[in-house]
Amino acid sequence: MTVSSLQPLDPKDFDERKALHLLQRAGFGGTRQQAQALAGMGLDKAVDYIVNYKNLPDPHPPALDDYDKEIIRPATRTERETIRKARQSGDEEMVDMFRTERQRRQRADRKQIAEMERWWLTRLVSTPRPLEEKLTVFWHGHFATGYRTIEDSYHMYLQNLMLRENAMGNFKEDLVRGIIHDPAMIRYLNNHQNRKQAPNENLARELMELFTLGEGEGYTEDDIKEGARALTGYTVEDDGFAFQTRQHDTGTKKIFGRSGQFDGDDFVDLIFTRSGASTFVIEKLYRFFVNDLPHGETPDSKSYIKLLSNLFKRNDWNIKPIIETMLLSEHFYDESNINAIIKSPVQLIVQAARTLNPPQRKKMVQTLAIASDIMGQRLFAPPSVKGWDGGRTWINTSTVFMRQNTLLYLLTGQRPDSEAWEADGTPFDAMALVQGYTSSPRNTIKFLLTSLLNIENPSREQTSSLEDFMKTQNNKINNETVTGLLTLITAMPEYQLC
Amino acid sequence: MSHHHHDQDTTTSTGASDAYSRRLFMQQGMAFLSMATTVPLFMQRSAEGVMLPVGSLVSSQAGVPEDHTLVVIQLAGGNDGLNTVIPYGDRAYYNSRPQLAINKSDAIQIPGADGYGLHPNLTGLLELLDNGQAGIIQGVGYPNPNRSHFTSTDIWHTGNHNGQGYGWLGKYFDNTCAGKPNPKGSIAIGNKAPLALHGKTQKAVNFETEELFRWAGGTVDDALKKPYDVINRKEVEAKENDSQLDFLVRTSLDAQVSSDRIRAAVSKQPLLNYPDGQLSQQLQLIASMIRADLPTRVYYASLGGFDTHANQLNSHANLMRQVGDALNAFQKDLKKQGNTGKVMTMVFSEFGRRVAENGSSGTDHGTAAPMFLIGDNVQNGLLGKHPSLTNLDQGDLKFNTDFREVYAAVLENWMGADSKAILGKKYTNANVL
Repeated sequence: MTVSSLQPLDPKDFDERKALHLLQRAGFGGTRQQAQALAGMGLDKAVDYIVNYKNLPDPHPPALDDYDKEIIRPATRTERETIRKARQSGDEEMVDMFRTERQRRQRADRKQIAEMERWWLTRLVSTPRPLEEKLTVFWHGHFATGYRTIEDSYHMYLQNLMLRENAMGNFKEDLVRGIIHDPAMIRYLNNHQNRKQAPNENLARELMELFTLGEGEGYTEDDIKEGARALTGYTVEDDGFAFQTRQHDTGTKKIFGRSGQFDGDDFVDLIFTRSGASTFVIEKLYRFFVNDLPHGETPDSKSYIKLLSNLFKRNDWNIKPIIETMLLSEHFYDESNINAIIKSPVQLIVQAARTLNPPQRKKMVQTLAIASDIMGQRLFAPPSVKGWDGGRTWINTSTVFMRQNTLLYLLTGQRPDSEAWEADGTPFDAMALVQGYTSSPRNTIKFLLTSLLNIENPSREQTSSLEDFMKTQNNKINNETVTGLLTLITAMPEYQLC
Repeated sequence: MSHHHHDQDTTTSTGASDAYSRRLFMQQGMAFLSMATTVPLFMQRSAEGVMLPVGSLVSSQAGVPEDHTLVVIQLAGGNDGLNTVIPYGDRAYYNSRPQLAINKSDAIQIPGADGYGLHPNLTGLLELLDNGQAGIIQGVGYPNPNRSHFTSTDIWHTGNHNGQGYGWLGKYFDNTCAGKPNPKGSIAIGNKAPLALHGKTQKAVNFETEELFRWAGGTVDDALKKPYDVINRKEVEAKENDSQLDFLVRTSLDAQVSSDRIRAAVSKQPLLNYPDGQLSQQLQLIASMIRADLPTRVYYASLGGFDTHANQLNSHANLMRQVGDALNAFQKDLKKQGNTGKVMTMVFSEFGRRVAENGSSGTDHGTAAPMFLIGDNVQNGLLGKHPSLTNLDQGDLKFNTDFREVYAAVLENWMGADSKAILGKKYTNANVL
């Protein structure tokens, strides 16, 4: 039976398998050795090590000037004046020059967002603070903003830094308040066009529907209209937030039955008087970290989420105590929650890259970014403001192949994204992975299945096709055959779970 | 899709849900290659099963041929219906849209419809109208309209007022196959299958491009093929509350089986050149599968970009061009194939847009909008009633035709199904077929 309370796991039950579960959920998995080390630390220290990641040095902290913020920028007064005059006088050459210049900048910006995508994927694979990145991915999906709409890579970068900095901060003050002041979000949901004379409801609606309360939970269409008025004038200037008083509607608004001359920040305060503000995001965190609940909430998950929501409210919407309680809880380590989540494409790729130790291949990160996109997850470009649905929606007849082929590429260099299916022959040291477990094919297979699938004892069904393959290779354990085993294990339906 | 799916297959001891489907296509000579290295035991058994004569397909409703195919296209984001079917005879249209209104002289005159025209870029659709193959149903919507993309999309996909539950076409398969999934029944183009095609047991096959629709491990080493097939062609029974692993195992098997079939179907050159654009590409793939006579009854395509909150004139015009031209090319292809009689296409969007333009030369989320039905059997011309531009509900159009009345007509008169069982209640069949 599952434990639905928040009570912590008995520390003596924290074994290697549970440590590997912790590594997979609070990050992107780990090797057998890492799981052993973590189990050796004991539950409290292990969770503390993972949660208090800011104690660990960040070898490559992202900096504001890592990217060019001038590629996309508003025209200067002189430029505006010049182009206006050119248009007036019919100076086609000048108008054309401006157009060409704009197109050049857009091309350069698309290049820059692609660089950022590669940077983030690389960081995901190499960071010593996996929980920080895992949470940043979570918040990116929660406060989903897409590059294709805003076409400004630097704003996407600023948002990414904001989400990372506050990943473990305060949901209300840092993240929700942060997001209504965030240039990328303001532009993504058209709030720069939300003016007193011509309100635009987009941000007001999603702020409640998707970021805090949940669709239709505790607000009306009128609350959206009034909330939009409160948010008028919240706009962007010079890569930062700007409040334009002239565009702000100073009149009285009525939100959730209360009247006042509310602005956007008051609107956030009002939203957090609603009970949904403490439950909606907690359920989402549960689905991301504990169990993606393919058949909806169970009685156990429901009461666990409720207790966690109460704790969230008592802690003034601080995220850290929630994550800590979750990762310590017996419920989290319950058998029914192990291997219960379908890996997102990013999880699949990053976990494989971190644990299979594939070699560096030509244009590898770029290939993986494309593969992730085809599997349904492109960083900096969620499909809509709703983010990624996750769970079983990741899996369909198309992504099954793409997932297997991406792992095949990591292991063998066979590219999944080209019609020619050409291979990059950079050798892969598969033997390093199975060191100490090469006494027999059976021994190697068991080691690989238990470490890669986090299962206690592989079944006959799971081992037999692999043993049959080894027989066709005269049971030789070498780089080639171990690579072969890995391509088959990563093509197993079980490998899609974590 | 037919009744014999629940015939007993006495040779399949597992009683697995997918055995019948492979049996069927093997009988019809559509089992392909890729088994070169191995035919899993259960498949051999299936193939040895009782052979049904091809053509014994039974329709669930008398008089409706079994091969009727439905192609559904979603214009995702909320298509601006008022700039699709243009009410140029109405002053209110020009008053509400000083920036965005399209002049009477620019709109395409719809034959026999005074006061209403088509977006100037819908020339492809006009040609279909001239051929008697296009029905444009005006003012389609539903009560208490929801203006969230996601919820409204779910409402259209499920046919339920709250957008909860299974997809309407998924339920169609659930109902006509007595609870057995039919992995060949529906195919969606894209890396995601839409909710509309999800039933309680029915799941759609989907793929993006044929090159990516296979495992490439066999090209690395031939010896991997056999164990790979064993791993990925396992059978588990479809059941409610299935485990994550069972779900993954079933999807893997569906992927293997449909890959064999679909890649063979789409490998042929199309009979004509399609225009550029995403919708065109998707319809070209669908046409090639129809041409290959796949036993698929429902195909699904979608085109995004319709969420035109700002500066919409150009972007919407480009989308209109794409839609009209793609539909036109598809219909021409079907004609060359001799298949126009068995294929009907339905085009919808999750909602229309506000009557009044917003302050950003765009339009915000609205309500009722037109739907298109394309095919030999549709009522041609402008159908239903255009919603009033002055009698509004909070600035939004009031619908005249409930979309479920269109679904009911399509289900009963085209698919030969009992619409009440699928939609939960009996809607009047819209007069569109």
